[in-house]
Amino acid sequence: MEHTVAHEEHSGGGVKEIVRVTVILSILTAVELALGFWMMGMPLDSGLRLAVKGAIIILMMAKAFYIVAYFMHLKHELKNMIMTIVVPLALFIWFIIAFLYDGNSFRHLRNTYDPHFKEQSTIKVEKKEEAKHEESKEEKKEEAKPEERKTVE
Amino acid sequence: MSTATATPGKLWGGGKSPFNVEYGKLMMWYFLMSDAFTFGAFLISYGTVRFSTNGWPDPNEVFRSYPFAPEGAHAPLVFVSIMTFILIISSVTMVLAVHAGHNMDKKKVVVNLILTILGGLAFLGCQAWEWNHLHSEGAWWGHNPFLNHDGTAASTNFTNFFFTITGFHGFHVFSGVIINIIMLIMTLRDVFEKRGHYLMIEKAGLYWHFVDLVWVFVFTCFYLI
Repeated sequence: MEHTVAHEEHSGGGVKEIVRVTVILSILTAVELALGFWMMGMPLDSGLRLAVKGAIIILMMAKAFYIVAYFMHLKHELKNMIMTIVVPLALFIWFIIAFLYDGNSFRHLRNTYDPHFKEQSTIKVEKKEEAKHEESKEEKKEEAKPEERKTVE
Repeated sequence: MSTATATPGKLWGGGKSPFNVEYGKLMMWYFLMSDAFTFGAFLISYGTVRFSTNGWPDPNEVFRSYPFAPEGAHAPLVFVSIMTFILIISSVTMVLAVHAGHNMDKKKVVVNLILTILGGLAFLGCQAWEWNHLHSEGAWWGHNPFLNHDGTAASTNFTNFFFTITGFHGFHVFSGVIINIIMLIMTLRDVFEKRGHYLMIEKAGLYWHFVDLVWVFVFTCFYLI
């Protein structure tokens, strides 16, 4: 029995490890969801909301690590091979920073120099309630219409 | 044989595999790496566009329904969390199939592959329902019925990116299911048993885990943040 366990560890994996990683992934997902629910009540531009988003991204990276390292067995490969996969992916660091920075800068430029763009993003559309009750309104159409006219007059 | 023996200690001296993996598996890794850049480009362009606009729809308002939900149900994150767990569990059964393949355990490989295929089909079913539901609400490429978080009118960027990226991911899930079905047929026909190893399952497994990996990112970027 001792022998087989040692062998499994060497080739990477073993049911024990699979179960452990499954539990970890489930917990990470549950925490992500809990943070998502918590975030719902926060005001749009609060710093805490941003911090929670950051935490969710860190949890996402942790999940990605566990999937790649254990489910895809990358951790148990030779170091040379790991490097040929991981090093090119470092391009993403530049990719993400450069493009998000660019998007953000474009928004600032438009808000500064394009009054139309800025104006468009401040006009609020009539409340959603309108659309929601549209169906029920249709039934009451005949009753509702004269009332509406009265209020307009 | 004498030409194949390398001087011991020299990793690149020839005669042995420097990465200690078979060719197909290595190429699968490199394919997945390129696929990661494809998905990365999609998600980063989504992020860039989102960063360049002032308002964006609230995912909790958009994805708030589930099958057989009563009219006007407000249950954000519920359905998508079910989808996420389905994909994680199907990834686990796939890893168990690969593990069983290492031990030449045909019966376990078959059982776990079937479970993985069922998980994939369940995920596809969930996604089909969600697409259909959003479409019935008027969302599609070029149509966005949802308002921004702050009540201002939203552009079609949101739906365009959502349908393109989840569609591309769904297509990967679909092809993964097809690959797994082929693996199941090959296992049942004893192809791997005759070959003496189940390494092909491992390659299919890599692809399947990658699909799960991409969902981790898509789920976070579209539903949570």
